[in-house]
Amino acid sequence: MKTMRTWKGVVEMGHGAGGRDMNDLITDLFVAEFANDVLTGEEDQAILSVPAGRLAVSTDGFVVSPLFFPGSDIGALSVNGTVNDVAMGGADPFALSVSFILEEGLPLADLHRIACSMAEAARIAGVRIVTGDTKVVERGKGDGVFISTTGFGMVREGVALSARGVRPGDKVLVSGSMGDHGVAIMASRAGFDFETDIVSDCAALNGLSAALLDAAPNTRAMRDPTRGGLAAVLNEVAQSSRVGITIREACLPVKPGVQGACEILGLDPLYVANEGKLVAFVPPEEAEAALAAMRAHPLGAEASILGEVTDDPDCFVEMETAFGGRRMVDWIAGEQLPRIC
Amino acid sequence: MKYVDDFRDARLARAIADEMRREVREDRSYRLMEFCGGHTHAIFRYGVTDLLPPQVRMIHGPGCPVCVLPVGRLDMAIRLAKEEGVTLCTYGDMLRVPGSRKQSLLKARAEGADIRMVASTMDALELARENPEKEVVFFAIGFETTTPPTAVALKQAEAMGLRNFSVFCNHVLTPAAISNILEAPEIRAMEAVEIDGFLGPAHVSVVIGAQPYEYFAEEFAKPVVIAGFEPLDVMQSILMLIRQINDGRAEVENQYTRAVTRAGNETAKAMVAEVFELARAFEWRGLGEVPYSAFRIRDRFAPWDAERKFTIEQRRAAENKACDCPKILRGAAVPTDCKLFGNQCTPQTPLGSCMVSDEGACAAYYKYGRRRAAARPANLEAAE
Repeated sequence: MKTMRTWKGVVEMGHGAGGRDMNDLITDLFVAEFANDVLTGEEDQAILSVPAGRLAVSTDGFVVSPLFFPGSDIGALSVNGTVNDVAMGGADPFALSVSFILEEGLPLADLHRIACSMAEAARIAGVRIVTGDTKVVERGKGDGVFISTTGFGMVREGVALSARGVRPGDKVLVSGSMGDHGVAIMASRAGFDFETDIVSDCAALNGLSAALLDAAPNTRAMRDPTRGGLAAVLNEVAQSSRVGITIREACLPVKPGVQGACEILGLDPLYVANEGKLVAFVPPEEAEAALAAMRAHPLGAEASILGEVTDDPDCFVEMETAFGGRRMVDWIAGEQLPRIC
Repeated sequence: MKYVDDFRDARLARAIADEMRREVREDRSYRLMEFCGGHTHAIFRYGVTDLLPPQVRMIHGPGCPVCVLPVGRLDMAIRLAKEEGVTLCTYGDMLRVPGSRKQSLLKARAEGADIRMVASTMDALELARENPEKEVVFFAIGFETTTPPTAVALKQAEAMGLRNFSVFCNHVLTPAAISNILEAPEIRAMEAVEIDGFLGPAHVSVVIGAQPYEYFAEEFAKPVVIAGFEPLDVMQSILMLIRQINDGRAEVENQYTRAVTRAGNETAKAMVAEVFELARAFEWRGLGEVPYSAFRIRDRFAPWDAERKFTIEQRRAAENKACDCPKILRGAAVPTDCKLFGNQCTPQTPLGSCMVSDEGACAAYYKYGRRRAAARPANLEAAE
């Protein structure tokens, strides 16, 4: 952590009132930790010079519970989640804005820990948190803290990724094991009594996606399978592009700890959230190169070619089971688990 | 041995499938009912149907306690939460099941009723202990598998003298349901299906043992194989049924020997007998009134019986006329026969509980086998 100050006490209504207390909090906690040349805490907006071209913008709210979970926390999640959504558009993220809704009574030490985590995540991702806002709600009206981030990035020249651009014959690739984040969250919730060494895979994917696009510039689409898991992404893309998708269970990487936890809880790893993985739809002639590029990157060591896109007017997603049969991978109705991200 | 991996081994599956193909008689069909919803799901999730010879037809039985719970009983639970202001504890499966007038426990919760999802009866008991000002009611459903934990909760409530805890009991019995499918004349009038053999429930049998099924095997001359839930368990059990049918045998065989014995769990059975007695009749969705098919709480535990503690009578609830759940639960129709399946009735907009419950035949079809299910009827005609 950058500053050595220990934070005692809790968030009070005054911290959101626009007066001296709020100003001190912003300057001493947020600006100090986020530390970059744009963020001074003295302006109501950030002014950035950007090159000409296409700008990708993405926004996300983070309500994960608990705030701190194995492998990560709401802070890093709020940075990486939005960085990833920008990167999935074939863009290079450079800046984030952040909005905090703080609950009266949140320990300031926790808020500081979250801010430091955000600063570290931003540093690793190569983005700056350039502007923000802070509000406080009364005790009982929030849940510790809710964070919203908006991310900005310039789209790579010549790249046009879209969920509508996928074609029969394209290969479906996944960058690594499925279900780690969801299981890590479940393990840290009261009422779920099991021990596991699974940690959240929360990570910024912009480095990996850039390497992928270098090797496979005609990639049709990339998505990060968060809520709803891999199944949600495959169904969304199948619907948007009006195609079918067939995947092979034998090619799906799942850690034994995740498999075990899912067995006990009656969950299917296909539907469990990830926060540091991507799914790519790549033309068949570029698939091997794409796979090699991902495997050469630290975040893509377990990358795999999962299956292919088919011509199917029903737009079904199907899986060849490891058992030798065939099943549908349907969109999940309702939620498997609340407050996962 | 790694149970999860070893009992899903594809090579063994193919070996069993080959055996099946060698042993089925070309000229006959094998109509096998898997009683338990968990088996229906296993069959679909692993694509077991793809490995079976065309002569074998799996019929999906009523072994889904959520599916067979009549709408009227669910309405009572919702009313308990909304009108009596109780804290209603329920297993997750019941939350989205549609009751009358498009209500559900989930909707009632969104409208302000205090409804909590619990993983066990102990959680509900804890809640009552820690919150003496709250009236806690546990919505007890399930076959014999979940009845012992409810018995434990009631005994503990009695031992603690807990005043603010009670159970709304909807526990139903497997052998009664099987009898009903096989013999009731009304069922025959409603197009009963000829069943050649049963895949017996796995975890129910852990509790009650293999012995109770001997009655059916003898009385109705139908073989029963108690099957585990892994896909290889299911495959092996189907092969065992095929062999019994070919041999003209009607015995109870236990494939799930790693968990089921002939006598079952004596401790659990004794505890259940101490707390519950047979209710004279209970209405089952799809089967109508089935005598001695459910439990009621014994008089000794009356202070902890929600039906005696609160005044909530069961009102006749109208089910959607076009919903084929009643036929599907008896094996007289498959989900794709229902006009509403996949159209008005989907997991997102369920009209009957067969679609909402994870163990319902319709949910399994929709989730795992829509396309194959649509193609199936043609194959069936060829086999029969």
